Amino acid sequence: MRGARSAKWVAIAAVVALSATACGGGGDDGGSGGDDKAAVDPNGTFTVESGEPENPLQPANTMESYGSIVINSLFTGLVDYDESGKIVFMNADSVDTKDSKTFTVKLKSGWKFHDGTPVTAESYVKAWNWAAAPANAQTNSFWFSDIKGYDEVAPESGKPKATELSGLKVVDDTTFTIELTKAIPYFVYKLGYQVFSPLPESFYADPKAAGEKPVGNGPYQFVSWDHKKAITVKKYAGYTGSNAAKNGGVVFKNYSTPETAYEDLKSGNLDVITQVAPKDLPVYKQDLGDRAVDQAYSAIQSIAPAFYSKQFKDIDPKVIQGLSRAIDRDTITKTVLQGTREPATGWVAKGVLGYAPDAAGDVTKYDPAAAKALIKEGGGVPGNAITIQFNADGGHKEWVEAVCNSITNATGVKCSGDSKADFQADLQARKAKEVKSFYRSGWVLDFPMNANFIRDLFGTKSDGNQSGFSNKTLDTEIAAADGAATLDDSVKAYQEIEKQLPNYMPSIPLWYYKVNAGYSEKVSGVQFGQDGDPILTGVQVKKK
Amino acid sequence: MGRYVARRLLQMIPVFFGTTLLIFLMVYALPGDPVQGLFGDKGGSPQVIAALRHEYGLDQNIFVQYFNYMKGIILHADFGTQVASGRPVTDVLGDAFPVTLRLGGFAFAIEIVIGISLGVFAGLHAGRAADTAVLLITLLLISVPVFVLGFLLKWIFADELRWLEPNVNDPSNYGQLLMPAIVLATASLAYVSRLTRTSIAENMRADYVRTAIAKGLPRRRVVTVHLMRNSMIPVVTYLGTDIGALLGGAVITEGIFNIQGIGGTIYQSLVRREGTTLVGLVTILVLVYLVASLLVDLLYAVLDPRIRYA
Amino acid sequence: MPDLTKTDVGAPDDVSAGDPAPQPVAKAEKARSLWGDAWQDLRRNKIFIVSSVLILFLLTITFFPGWFTSANPAYGDLAKHYLQKPQLGKVFSPEWLGYDQQGRSVYARLVYGARTSIAVGFGTTVLVTVTGGLVGMIAGYFGGIIDSVLSRLVDVFFGIPFLLGTMVVLNSFPERTAWVVIGALGFFGWTQLARVMRGAVITTKQADYVQAAKALGAGTPRILFRHILPNTLAPVIVVATISLGVYIGAEATLSFLGLGLNGVSWGNDISDGGAQIRVAQWIMLYPSIMLTLTVLAFIMLGEAVRNALDPKTR
Repeated sequence: MRGARSAKWVAIAAVVALSATACGGGGDDGGSGGDDKAAVDPNGTFTVESGEPENPLQPANTMESYGSIVINSLFTGLVDYDESGKIVFMNADSVDTKDSKTFTVKLKSGWKFHDGTPVTAESYVKAWNWAAAPANAQTNSFWFSDIKGYDEVAPESGKPKATELSGLKVVDDTTFTIELTKAIPYFVYKLGYQVFSPLPESFYADPKAAGEKPVGNGPYQFVSWDHKKAITVKKYAGYTGSNAAKNGGVVFKNYSTPETAYEDLKSGNLDVITQVAPKDLPVYKQDLGDRAVDQAYSAIQSIAPAFYSKQFKDIDPKVIQGLSRAIDRDTITKTVLQGTREPATGWVAKGVLGYAPDAAGDVTKYDPAAAKALIKEGGGVPGNAITIQFNADGGHKEWVEAVCNSITNATGVKCSGDSKADFQADLQARKAKEVKSFYRSGWVLDFPMNANFIRDLFGTKSDGNQSGFSNKTLDTEIAAADGAATLDDSVKAYQEIEKQLPNYMPSIPLWYYKVNAGYSEKVSGVQFGQDGDPILTGVQVKKK
Repeated sequence: MGRYVARRLLQMIPVFFGTTLLIFLMVYALPGDPVQGLFGDKGGSPQVIAALRHEYGLDQNIFVQYFNYMKGIILHADFGTQVASGRPVTDVLGDAFPVTLRLGGFAFAIEIVIGISLGVFAGLHAGRAADTAVLLITLLLISVPVFVLGFLLKWIFADELRWLEPNVNDPSNYGQLLMPAIVLATASLAYVSRLTRTSIAENMRADYVRTAIAKGLPRRRVVTVHLMRNSMIPVVTYLGTDIGALLGGAVITEGIFNIQGIGGTIYQSLVRREGTTLVGLVTILVLVYLVASLLVDLLYAVLDPRIRYA
Repeated sequence: MPDLTKTDVGAPDDVSAGDPAPQPVAKAEKARSLWGDAWQDLRRNKIFIVSSVLILFLLTITFFPGWFTSANPAYGDLAKHYLQKPQLGKVFSPEWLGYDQQGRSVYARLVYGARTSIAVGFGTTVLVTVTGGLVGMIAGYFGGIIDSVLSRLVDVFFGIPFLLGTMVVLNSFPERTAWVVIGALGFFGWTQLARVMRGAVITTKQADYVQAAKALGAGTPRILFRHILPNTLAPVIVVATISLGVYIGAEATLSFLGLGLNGVSWGNDISDGGAQIRVAQWIMLYPSIMLTLTVLAFIMLGEAVRNALDPKTR
């Protein structure tokens, strides 16, 4: 019954794309543009489709998108990214480093939390120390593991030997330093994630209560949380950041299905939807006209062979290349997926620093004859049959069936979906290494740089590597790319690695995600970021 | 009477524990657990996972967990805490129950009024064309799956005719609840009318009805007082057990019409492996079911004076 | 099961024997003529004839799908047949009822989907009749402590909402074959038959001929299976026939929730077709009609048999 977004579950970086140009923009290219502009109500509020956040609203404790979107509206961190994946400084005035290992952060002055207390270096350091401590059970605490002293605060086993990360040092009210365990050229990118938000002093008195009534430093201020119904936030008048809200506030309204949200959008009970249900996709552009949103965001869907399984243990990459070329991505995205995806031409998604078109070369081009030849050359598919494991609650069934049909029709290799009842069951099978053949392996960006799509998925010891893929040459190249002197060098090194991937075929890239959404006649200027969430602050509400 | 009630109450105790233990074990057997569910695709730090598992007692033996949970419910009316949100389960249930009660109550009213009227109408015309027509209608209503009916009504009345709101935005608005209540009530409605019809048709030939008619009582009085009262026993039995089913069985109806009630909570806690929420819910549903069936049995004595409980 | 399997909860109590209002089951010496009379009655019953013909037709499709279509229900060609409209003139051809979102023939899937529905329906009914019947018979015949224990066990399973229970069970299986779905439905479905059987056995137990057999020294199995069982069959058959239809509907509902069988089934097709309702209604429409007709056929059959077997409604 749930919507089709895998993004809901995957940790999502807070990538609200804010470019200076976007502020001037606004989506008023509609017929009545001039009139609309005159009639904008800066204090008007609007509603956004959402759901009940799974966790308390603590910045380091939110992994899924319903909580993320609220946290993002309430907190502003040190940095953010623009549409092309470039860093924009928010609360930070500068983040300087000489060796990519020690960073000096200078804050902009005059920032305040919603309770009136100032945002200082201490607000950051203390918040990070608190979130990293296992006793506080923050789900995203592993994000701090790059910082020196994490092993002491959260040792693999036994009691913590320290309560503070030794790599964090407050210099003065507006300056602090971060020391990492090893150099990471793109660490500043990670700082854009909401887990690195500051917390006010009042938080620590009762973190639980603060999770129910969060006090942040962002463009919006918390008003109320009516559980399972709605969360209301209003514009924070004292906000000095560049992304101040152009509206009076937002109501995040709960919906059980995207279908119902869509119906409410049409009947005027809802202003912004974040996804269109499959049922409505064929008609939503006619229904909504220029209020329909159809835009790429940084996520990719792929299928990965379980390299630990009997079938793919010592497989020749040519066989996987062959299977990849048996998939008619163009037709499937146009028909079954109704244009909601774009055929992938590489492993790195669009909107990410270092994305290069056609990185995979021929491997993603449909060609039944070449597919047959490649499979034969590689010694055939063991058993001449494959399965694709997926979770039934994520809306994946249709494309899995279509991919299977395409493979069978092109190569004669039998193929069927292996449906697990829900995402948990699917994950459990992956973690326990019980996948028999292929599995669905989607990825939404954590931070907008190509390393996130390569290192974190295909490095032998990476968190995201669940296929058991391991290649020494690749590991060495990844280590070299991580050790590059500058961010630019690192990005380039990873681009080179991506070009080598067809020789290893760690997974079969299928397509990039798109945001298919829409908004009501009451609002204008609705745009979506790389993470697929609407950019709330830019929305303008028309006067009644 | 008092002794009968006491015996019935005693019998409820093993049923109560049996049902809750069964659901507890079933949830335990599912792959994954609520703590892992928090982390989705990502591994999460093992220290935090261990800390959370310990906090919620998930590192203990399943029977110890069950014992602790039941102790909490019985001694302190404490239904535990949701792992993901950290909210007490009683709060979560407190949000969901009123909505479902309103929907279920509405459906129940529809079911009684329309179901019994149709049944009485058919029963009084037993064997004639009207009877057959009602029979075919009710059989058809039983046969259409709920989700098909839900889609159909929504498509016709909301999308095409635009008479009704497609979804429930305000669960205290009975106009919006009308369509889901009809969908929820349909199958039960058909059963109620079948049962009423059979019972009425049977009792029409009973001696006491003939006597009443022979006495010259007006037909209206015979039907409402003599016939109805005696024909309601099977219907009341059915209605009694149906209350629980209406509350617990609204998963699909609530999903189709965006109602944030018990059904949705059941579905979500299942997907997230929130055993405490699921068991708490079932515990309340079981209590409703047990109390309802006791009340039904006591109602027999009211409806049929021949029945006495020693 | 929310709204469909309501029979599980209250059920046609006019035939089952609830505690306080037992029904007189046919008299002993007329046992034979009860069935004879019933047959005479059924042969003249239009509802019976219509439902029997429908069911025979469904069984033929189930066992000989090849007679009805040569198309492969799993073969899909997106490039050629994506959402192709029905061509109602070309009866029985693959394109007759159009193509679905995978470019598969809706008609071929309709034909092959019958097998799933019928298999799940029959399988579950047999399972619940045997287990529920056995439990009910033992509880009813032996009474006392055995009855108390078994009755409470029935209550335990009865207390868990049907749909919720099956959802949890199905979630814990890695693969959902027909057997798993049957098992899950049966796991929570047997209680109703157990109740019906128990009630029927209790009333039959007191009959004179049973007492006579006992006095003559007949063994327990002989009494149970030769004397009591034949006289309890009437209510059991009625409830079983109706539940057959209900289980077919339940399988479709589980498919709707994404918990149905892996394979060709009407429930899966309705659920998938629901996504296309605004552009291609036929994908959902035809399996919905077939499903409703099938459920209706079994429920009508049950209704007819009940009327024939219940002397009071004659």
